[in-house]
Amino acid sequence: MSGFFGLPSGPRDSGELLRLESGGPPRSHRRIDRAAVKSTSIALVSSVVFFGLLAVVVVNAPNWPAVQNYFFNSEIFDYSLPKVIDAFWVNVRLFLIAEVLILALALLLAVLRSLPGPVFFPLRLLATIYADVFRAIPGLLIIVLLGFGIPGLGIAGVPTDPFLYAVVALTLVYSAYVSEVYRAGIESIHPSQEAAARSLGLSRIQALRYVILPQAVRRVIPPLLNDFIGLQKDTILVSYIGVVEAFRESSIIESARFNSTPYVALALVFLVITIPLARFTDWLVARDRRRFLANAR
Amino acid sequence: MSGLAEARPESSASARPALEIAGLWKSFGQLTVLRGVDLTVAEHEVVCLIGSSGCGKSTLLRCVNLLEPIDAGRILVEGEEITAPGVDVNRMRRRIGIVFQSFNLFPHMSVLRNVTLAPQKATGKSRARAEADATELLERFGLADKRNEYPDRLSGGQQQRVAIVRALAMAPDLLLLDEITSALDPELVAEVLNVIRELARGGMTMVIATHEMGFARDVASRVCFLDGGVILEQGAPADMFSHPREARTQQFLERIIAAGRL
Repeated sequence: MSGFFGLPSGPRDSGELLRLESGGPPRSHRRIDRAAVKSTSIALVSSVVFFGLLAVVVVNAPNWPAVQNYFFNSEIFDYSLPKVIDAFWVNVRLFLIAEVLILALALLLAVLRSLPGPVFFPLRLLATIYADVFRAIPGLLIIVLLGFGIPGLGIAGVPTDPFLYAVVALTLVYSAYVSEVYRAGIESIHPSQEAAARSLGLSRIQALRYVILPQAVRRVIPPLLNDFIGLQKDTILVSYIGVVEAFRESSIIESARFNSTPYVALALVFLVITIPLARFTDWLVARDRRRFLANAR
Repeated sequence: MSGLAEARPESSASARPALEIAGLWKSFGQLTVLRGVDLTVAEHEVVCLIGSSGCGKSTLLRCVNLLEPIDAGRILVEGEEITAPGVDVNRMRRRIGIVFQSFNLFPHMSVLRNVTLAPQKATGKSRARAEADATELLERFGLADKRNEYPDRLSGGQQQRVAIVRALAMAPDLLLLDEITSALDPELVAEVLNVIRELARGGMTMVIATHEMGFARDVASRVCFLDGGVILEQGAPADMFSHPREARTQQFLERIIAAGRL
């Protein structure tokens, strides 16, 4: 496996690379070890020099002390981090609920769009309009329009909980993207698979359910995860309609203390949550690519 | 019952042909592939379709399996018209098995699941029953030890044998084989052809599109030469291969002999 950041992670790996490049017999392990150590140390030294220089430039900037106090105040950081984390659970809850709904709604939309024949034209049309509309309008606008608009109608019995509208808005927006991902997956399955399923007497729906979709979904897991990284971050947009989540909490502290350090604390929380997911996605993509290459051989 | 022909009682009451094709036309856009094909296949008969690449052998088989809509003509299986409007396509397809050149196994399912999927979902067999029948068939074709493998772990010959078993698991009245050895390495061809020989001995009605002339001569009860979108000439293999009447057939066979394939 190649290393997390594209660095060679061990002798075995670079040995394979060397063999591929030279096309000759495998070289001795000592040679390989030395090559790996050499490239790793070059990467290390150049990183230290680069980031060191960057730090020197920032710290010596004319207004650095003011910026440091405004964004990196350790006393305010210690005070705000626990509160921000507490509020972040609202984001997590929002994310998890919306994700399940998105996976289901998007799948339905993708299936509707892939129905063949003139009979299903109205359904295909509706699904297409849906995808176009909700990809065209910025997510924040949808959140605001739904979150203020529907409760604003004042119809009796219509719920007013902003969390509910946050879930609905994010689900509507992200389903449009995710349905396109599903659709790409469905279209990537060779028609001979459907022919094989239909030739055995399975109906169109059964062929889709047992043969096409399981393969399509497996193929689109990496791009789906990418969309969910986006969703995770977009959960802070719902603060606009009054959901007290992590961003809202940070801005409450910010206005009380006239200091932006809580935002930095929140940024750190997102880094900690999102980077593992991004790494995992990259790893899945790399693994699929290796499998594909292995099968093509 | 695993649905192999030998286990099936002789249905002498129906002297109807297993398959009857009358005036079948099929075109793809501007290209007309079939120009009025007539073909009748009796029960237990093994008919081999030969002809140059692109002559319409595969298209004919795909039409019989209703995978391609036809432009004109009629197709009857055991006397029932499968091309009639309003006919239950899924029910018809269950009676007609097809095996493709490129195997088309379901890569995300084990061998066993590949074989049991349609019996369970299309005919409503219980899982236990479907698995027992599938295991019996897999054993019969030397694949019992592969039942839990996934297709990408099998050789081409094994994959094609699984595809044959998958079609047989639906107990079809008629089996269509579409150049099933063309994608195989030469040393794997024999194991697949032997399966077909065994099915022929068992009385399975088959229509086989093939480039393997030696095999056609050996296994076919009748050979049909498809040319220009029609069946130009047909007859017993011995006659067809030694004394073809039509000039086009002679040309075709000469080329095959020159290529060392007969």
